[in-house]
Amino acid sequence: MPLDQSFVGRSYPPTAPYAVGREKIREFATAIGDANPAYLDVEAARALGHPDLIAPPTFAIVLTLPAGHQVALDPTLGLDYSRVVHGEQRFTFVRPIHAGDELTVVVTVDKIRSLGGNDVITTRGEIATTAGEPVATAHSTLVSRAPDA
Amino acid sequence: MNTLVTFAEVEVGHPLPSRSFPITRADLVRYAGASGDFNPIHWNQRFAACVGLPDVIAHGMFTMAVAARAVTDWVGDPGAVVEYSVRFTKPVVVPDDESGALVEVEAVVAEKLDDHLVRIDLTARSAGEKVLGMARAVVRLS
Repeated sequence: MPLDQSFVGRSYPPTAPYAVGREKIREFATAIGDANPAYLDVEAARALGHPDLIAPPTFAIVLTLPAGHQVALDPTLGLDYSRVVHGEQRFTFVRPIHAGDELTVVVTVDKIRSLGGNDVITTRGEIATTAGEPVATAHSTLVSRAPDA
Repeated sequence: MNTLVTFAEVEVGHPLPSRSFPITRADLVRYAGASGDFNPIHWNQRFAACVGLPDVIAHGMFTMAVAARAVTDWVGDPGAVVEYSVRFTKPVVVPDDESGALVEVEAVVAEKLDDHLVRIDLTARSAGEKVLGMARAVVRLS
């Protein structure tokens, strides 16, 4: 059954504040095999003009994935999450995320489509500090693959 | 911005150094923990087969993260990235062996924009398949 189009345009409440920590950035950088000093060494990050360690660009997904689960796992939407794969991802940055940031995400459903029997949903996660400074935006497209005929 | 390459010196068509990144099952487990994405298609072969996948596949976000290094290692300061987008065209299948999968990344300066911004186009392949499509990064150079 196609997904409910009435979800398009719906925004969810801001997520609980996420405190970006140095060790979490280091853990994430290590997990992606990236030893860039801006992620690991506070002095190196400051020498580049950043206030503290910065996070790799794709670190934003650590915040936006659970934020997006508000939509993807909403039982009234009816998305089969067991058959979901990631279709597209785009990040735009006002500035890098850095250690010491306190961030929240507001998720909005931008688009719902049915393509060849697959359910396709695109959400936008606006990442901002708890003081209201915009930091980054994540556009995520998830594809729930139709069961094999 | 304090980048290793400057806006003045880059030219459209300039290739960035080619990179290749091995991905093993252990990398996927580590990435699952660090990212919080515990979808079993990225670590459980039985589950992956049940939902019609050929084997365990890498997190698209993991492939996106490693491919970014072709750009961030080139610019030096990863804070120079102002935009990064990809389409996940084929899954990166990661077999349960010592070598896993290999992701090969090519990148080229595609366009010089205003305000010291440069668009980089990337391609990423694994096992002969294009795994990232429409992969682009916009970076602000010194």
